[in-house]
Amino acid sequence: MVELDYWHQQHAQGRIGRREFLGRAAALGAGAAVIGRMVADVEARAAETPRSGGTLRLGLAGGSTTDSLDPGTYTDSVMIDAGHALFNGLVEWRADGKPHPEIAESWEVKPGAAEWIFNIRKGVTFSNGKTLDADDVVYSLNMHRGKTKSGAAGPFKAVSDVKKLSPNQVQVTLASGDADFAYVLTDYHVLMVPDGFADWSKPVGSGGYILEKFDPGVRITAKRNPNYWKQGRAHVDAVDITVINDSSARLNALMTGQVDAINRVDPKFVRTVQKNPKFEIVRAPGGWHAVISMMHDRPPFDNHELRLALKYGIDREQVIRALFSGLATAGNDHPIPKTDPYWNSELPQIRYDADKAKFHMKKSGLTNPPLVLQCSDAAFSGAVQMAELFQQSAGKAGIRVQIKKEPADGFWDNVWLKGPFVTSYWGGRAAATQMLAVAYGPDAPWNESHFKNPRFTELLAAARAETDEAKRKPMIWEMQAILHDDGATIVPVFRDWLDGHNKNVGGHTPHGGFDMDNGYIAENAWLKS
Amino acid sequence: MRLFGHRVPLTALIGLAIIAINVVAAVGAPLIAPYDQAAVLGDAWADPTPQYVLGLDDLGRDLFSRLIYGARMSIGLAFVVTCLSFAIGIVTGFAGAVLRGWVDMLLSRIVDLLLSMPTLIFAFIVLSVLGTALPVLIVTIAILDSTKVFRLARALAMNIAALEYVEVARVRGEGLWWVIRREIFPNAVAPLVAEFGLRFSFAFLFIAALSFLGLGVQPPAADWGSMVRDYRDMINLDAMAPLYPAGAIAILTIGVNFVVDWMLAVHSRGHGEGA
Amino acid sequence: MLRLIAQRLGLGLLTLLAASVLIFAGTEILPGDLASAVLQNTATPESLAEMRKELGLDRPAAVRYVEWLGNAAVGDFGRSLASHRDVVEEIAPRLRNTLFLASYAALVAVPLAVALGLMAAIWQGGVYDRAVNFVTLLTISVPEYLVGYILIKYLSVHLGWFPSLANVTPDTPLVQRIGLTFLPMLTLVLVVVAHMMRMTRASVLQIMASPYIEMAFLKGLPKWRVVVRHAFPNALAPIINVIALDLAYLIVGVVIVEAVFVYPGLGQLMVDAVSKHDVPVVQACGLIFAGAFILLNLIADMAAILSNPRLRHPR
Repeated sequence: MVELDYWHQQHAQGRIGRREFLGRAAALGAGAAVIGRMVADVEARAAETPRSGGTLRLGLAGGSTTDSLDPGTYTDSVMIDAGHALFNGLVEWRADGKPHPEIAESWEVKPGAAEWIFNIRKGVTFSNGKTLDADDVVYSLNMHRGKTKSGAAGPFKAVSDVKKLSPNQVQVTLASGDADFAYVLTDYHVLMVPDGFADWSKPVGSGGYILEKFDPGVRITAKRNPNYWKQGRAHVDAVDITVINDSSARLNALMTGQVDAINRVDPKFVRTVQKNPKFEIVRAPGGWHAVISMMHDRPPFDNHELRLALKYGIDREQVIRALFSGLATAGNDHPIPKTDPYWNSELPQIRYDADKAKFHMKKSGLTNPPLVLQCSDAAFSGAVQMAELFQQSAGKAGIRVQIKKEPADGFWDNVWLKGPFVTSYWGGRAAATQMLAVAYGPDAPWNESHFKNPRFTELLAAARAETDEAKRKPMIWEMQAILHDDGATIVPVFRDWLDGHNKNVGGHTPHGGFDMDNGYIAENAWLKS
Repeated sequence: MRLFGHRVPLTALIGLAIIAINVVAAVGAPLIAPYDQAAVLGDAWADPTPQYVLGLDDLGRDLFSRLIYGARMSIGLAFVVTCLSFAIGIVTGFAGAVLRGWVDMLLSRIVDLLLSMPTLIFAFIVLSVLGTALPVLIVTIAILDSTKVFRLARALAMNIAALEYVEVARVRGEGLWWVIRREIFPNAVAPLVAEFGLRFSFAFLFIAALSFLGLGVQPPAADWGSMVRDYRDMINLDAMAPLYPAGAIAILTIGVNFVVDWMLAVHSRGHGEGA
Repeated sequence: MLRLIAQRLGLGLLTLLAASVLIFAGTEILPGDLASAVLQNTATPESLAEMRKELGLDRPAAVRYVEWLGNAAVGDFGRSLASHRDVVEEIAPRLRNTLFLASYAALVAVPLAVALGLMAAIWQGGVYDRAVNFVTLLTISVPEYLVGYILIKYLSVHLGWFPSLANVTPDTPLVQRIGLTFLPMLTLVLVVVAHMMRMTRASVLQIMASPYIEMAFLKGLPKWRVVVRHAFPNALAPIINVIALDLAYLIVGVVIVEAVFVYPGLGQLMVDAVSKHDVPVVQACGLIFAGAFILLNLIADMAAILSNPRLRHPR
C-alpha cells in the first residue's frame, strides 16, 4: 500500500505517465477500483482551473525572529516561501524533477560543461518599475561569490566568472565542468534583485507578490503584484504567512480554520487528518535524509568491518515506523533518493541483521570500542530518538553505543564536523552529482565523514563534466555502490515532506525538493472559493 | 519535632502515603518496573494490553516502566537539588544573620541580584553555556533556589538571635557555633522543614519545565518532565499518554503540599502565637 | 520614610547595574557565535569569516561593555546582528504584547484570587476551603503548556469558542485582541491564581490569630465582616508582595505559553535570540527583564513599607 501510494504521488507530480502508473499499480496487485480512484484523482487535479482572488493564509514552521529578507541568509521554510513569493529565480526546479526556465528564458552549455550561456527573459519589471536585464542577473549571482555570507557560497565556489554578453545574455564560467549547473541555480538562495540593491528592509523583486509587512519570526504579508509577468501563476490577492514553530499549534491552527495550509505535519497525525473529509495531506517523498556519520579516517571508525557492523546494527524499518509513522523510505547508506533519476536500483537494500552485525564486529577485531554517538534535536527533531533506537538495536547485536545529548545551542559549531560519530541530516539537492559532491567530495568543506576514495574522486569529476546521459549513469551508480560498501555514513531514512491544507486550497502539489511545493506555494496555489 | 503529640489529619495521611509510594517506586524502580526503561518492545503508541498496562510510548517502550523509572530520576534529582540548596542557603543565611556587617551586606546583595534575574531564562542561558550534564543542572538549580532559602534562614535566625535568651547566651560568652547549633538551629527546624517541602515541589516543577525546553536529563533515562514533553502532542489524538506523567507530577506535588500544610499548622500551634 | 525609599531606589539601581554586568558577561561566554548559528550547515569558512568581521567580534569585551551600557542608558541598544533592525524597534511591539497579556491576566487573576482567598479564610476548614485548596494545588502542579494544550483541545478545536492562535498584530483592535488572547490569558490565570489565592488565605489567617481580631469577635461582629474590614487590610503587605512577584512571572515566565499559542511576546524573542547568538537582542531583553523584576520587587517593598506602620516609622 505504501508503495502504491508512492507511485500515485509520482504520477501526481508528473514524473511518470498514466500508462506507467497503471502498469506499476497492477504489478503491485492493487484492485481496479483503487487504481481507478487514484487516476481519477490525478486527472481531476489536472483538470482544475485556478481561481483568482482571496487571501491564502499559511501557517509555517521554520521561522525565527532573526530572519532577514536577504536571500543569502535563508535557511528554512518561512523565508524560502516568502522569498519565492517576492523574487524570481533564474531557473525553477519543478515537481517533475527537472530545471525549467524562469528569469532565464533558455540556456546553452558548451562541451565540457564549463561554460554556460543564459538568455535573459525580456519584459520583466521589478516592483520599483525598473526593467530586469543582464546587469541585474550578474549582480544577483555575484552576491553569492567571493567574500560573502551567503548560504549558496559553497556551490558558487565553482563559479570562476560571471559576465554580461549583451543586455539579455549572461555567461557563467566554471572552474571545472558541471553538467548539472542549471540545478545549482535552482538553489533557493539564488534570487534576482536589481543591480546594486542592498536595502533588505524594503525589498524590490520581480515576484508574484509585493511585500506589505515583515515581522520576523511572527508574520509576513504580501499582496499580489498586478504587473506580474508569469502567465497562470500567483492566483491569490494576498498571502499571509504566520510563523508557527510548535507542531501541535500548527495542526490546531489548520483544524480550527485559522490558516488554510501548513507545512511539516507531524507524521503521527497524518492518519487523523486524512480521516477528516475537510482536510488533505500533500505527501512528497524527497531527498531529505537523516545521517549518522562516522569519520572514515579516525579510529575506531577507520575499521571497515566496524562500519559494516554498525550499518547492519540499525533497524531502519523500526526508525521509519516509530519516528515517521511509516511515511519515509529506508536509506541505503548513500545520499541519492529513490525519486532521483540516477538512483541505483540494483544495489541490494541493507537491512537490520543482528547476526551479521555481530559477525562483522567480531571480524573487526575490536572489543568494546568507544562508540559515543553525539546527537541533538538541533540537527532535526527526532535525532535523539533515532539515536536511542540505534542504541537499542545495536545493543541486541552486542554492540554498545553510548548516547551523548549535546545542547542544541552551538551544535553546528562544536559538534558537527568536529565529533567522529554524530547524527545530522542533509536537505536533498536537485542533482545527484551536486549531492555527492557537497557531502562526499574529496575537498568539500562539509565532508563530515572525511570520506576519501580515489575511485570515487575520479568518478565524481568525470560524471560532473560528462553531458552524455548514457555515460553518466553508470558512473553515478558506481559512486552510490562505493558509498554503500565503503562509506562511513549511515543513511537510515529519507523523510517524506508532509504538508496539509483544507480542501479549499487548490494547486498545492507535492514536490520532492522541499516542503510547500519547494517554496513555490504562493505562486502555485489558489483558493477554490 | 513534635510530630506525634498531634492528631494527624486525613489530608496529611494521604500526603504521607503519596510520598511513601513515590519513594518506594523511586528507590525500587529496577525491581518494580516490569521492563527496562530503554527496551523497545513493540510499535510506537501501541494500545494498553494486560502485558503493557499503560501501552507503549513514542519509541515503543513500556510506558508504565518509564513512569516508575521517571519517579527515580525526577524525585531523586529534585531531592538532591533541594538538599544542596538548603545546605547553601542555611549556611549563608545563618552566617549573614549572626555575623552581620559586611558579610551580611555582601550576601544579601548577591541574593538580591540573583533574585532579580528571571530564573527560567537565567537557567536557560547557564545550561546553554555549560551543557546539560547532571552536575551542572543540579548546581545551577540549587544556587538559584538557595536564594529563597537564604532569605528565610536569615530572617528566622535574625528573629531568634534577637530573643533574650540568645543574647544572654552571647553575653555569657558562648561561641558563635554554639549559638547557632544550640539556640538558632533547633528553633528554626520546623519552618525550615516546611520550607523544604515547598522548595522540593518547586524544584520538581522547575526541572519539569527545563525538561520541556529540552534541557533535561540524558536519554534514554526517563524523567516525568521530558515524558510530558515527548508525549504532549498525543493529547490531540485523545490519547492518555501525556496525562500519566503530568498526573504523577501533580499528585506528588499535592501530596507534599498536604504534608507541608499540616507541618505549618503544627508549627504555628506549637508556638502558641500567630507565627 | 523618604530616606528609606530613596535608599531602596538606590539599591535597586545598583542591583540593575550588577545585573547588566552579569548579562553582558553571560552573553560573552555563549558557546559558538552568531555567524555559525545563523548559517548552520550552509556555512563555509569564507562566509563565516566574512560574517565575523562584519559583527566586529574582535574588540576587547570591557570596551564593548562600557560602550553598550552608555548607549543603553540613553535607550540605544544597537542593531540586531541577525536582522539588522534597530533593537528597540524590534523589542517595542513585543514588549507591548507581553505587557498587554500580563495586565490582561492580572486584571482577571488578582480580583479572582483575592476573592477566592478571602472566602477560603472565612470558611476556613470547611468543604469550600478544602475544595479550593485542592483545585488550586492541581493547577499549580500541572505544567502550563499542558494546561494550554488541554484548553485548546476542548475550548478551541472541539467547541470552537476561542481561536487557538493568538497571532495579534500591532493594528489588531482591542476587542479582537481580547478575544484572540483569551486562551493564553486563561492559561496564565490558572497558573498564578493558585499561588496568589493561597497567599491571601494564609496572610489573612495569620492576622486572624492576633488579639485585636479576637477583640473584634468579642464585640460580636460577623466573621465575614471581621475578615474583610479588619484582617484583610492588615494582611495587604504580604498579599501585594505575592502579587508583585506573580506579575514578574507573568512578564518573564511565559515563554512556554507564548510558544503554545504563537503569541509574539518578548520571551520567544529572547529564546530565539539566545539560540542564534543575537547578542544585542539578548542583552536588551535581559536588561528589560531584570529591570521589570527589580521594579516590581521595589514596588512590593514600598507597598510593605506604606502598609506597615512599624516599618513606616523605623526606629
